[in-house]
Amino acid sequence: MTDTSIKYLLQLADNALILGHRLGEWCGHAPEMELDIALTNIALDLTGQARNLYQRAAELEGQGKTEDDLAYLRDVWDFRNVLLVEQPNGDFAHTIVRQFLFDTYNYCLHQELAHSADEWVAGFAAKSLKEIAYHQRFSSEWVVRLGDGTEVSHAKMQAAIDDLWTYSGELTLPNEVEKQMASQGIGADLAKIKPAIDAKRAEVLATASLQGPTGTWMQSGGKDGRHSEHLGFILSEMQFLQRAYPGQEW
Amino acid sequence: MKKEWPLWEVFIRSKSGLNHKHVGSLHATDAEMATENARDVYTRRNEGVSIWVVESKHITASDPDDSDPLFEPAKDKIYRHPTFYNVPDDVTHM
Repeated sequence: MTDTSIKYLLQLADNALILGHRLGEWCGHAPEMELDIALTNIALDLTGQARNLYQRAAELEGQGKTEDDLAYLRDVWDFRNVLLVEQPNGDFAHTIVRQFLFDTYNYCLHQELAHSADEWVAGFAAKSLKEIAYHQRFSSEWVVRLGDGTEVSHAKMQAAIDDLWTYSGELTLPNEVEKQMASQGIGADLAKIKPAIDAKRAEVLATASLQGPTGTWMQSGGKDGRHSEHLGFILSEMQFLQRAYPGQEW
Repeated sequence: MKKEWPLWEVFIRSKSGLNHKHVGSLHATDAEMATENARDVYTRRNEGVSIWVVESKHITASDPDDSDPLFEPAKDKIYRHPTFYNVPDDVTHM
């Protein structure tokens, strides 16, 4: 395990933490009580995955840091999550589309990581895959339900897809860390899983009678610490307590 | 205008071999959503291995005013309880 491995784990962890935080923002605000619980369940799954990854990264760093140091004491440019997960919740359609784009990627990713040459990564991925399979099922069904629902729900879903599609490409666009990890058999080869992700998305969108845009310019940079303006606001809320009262526990 | 989603009754089997038991109700637009909502609302603490949902309107209930004629006659028929059998130790869930 090298410095690159730690960076790879942080990329995975940051995606899970930031998306989990975003979903947590729905707590008490979701359209239905049942959805409130469903979204926060997914948020807790993701936060749990992030915790495992941060703990492992801290252990590999060997500098006596904890998961909390990694989650609460790094700044915007240290975070390596993709731009998609930091995008605002918007309306329910935006939240569902963001989740769908991420879940379809995340599922194929963890399927691949379950065969990682690194034993810890393989074990983590196999365990997380069960949670992620449910996330994908949940978000896919909502894409169909709303896309193929009323005229209004269809229009809102198509608008959300048009808004968020530009962030869908970064997921399968490998950065240096991912290329190295893939070449060592530890990380997933994103080029290899891309066709399966695209196929799953196309299948669900067709069932939902929604259109995936073509020829969209794809935003990127999050994986290398170049974020949209939203991440700073997320961190200022998420990290407030540890910044204001260092070392606080409950 | 806010339309309420239909109400569903949820039954959970806590482990293989046991009966599904009524655990509560929830709102959902269709059976599939009801199953998933039930999973999220009622099995978060590892309560189950199987879920049944049925739309509440399909349940026919006995009338509480009829309880006397319905249930009272059974109360003094103690001989209907199979208390005269010895249950082997290995038999569980009796």
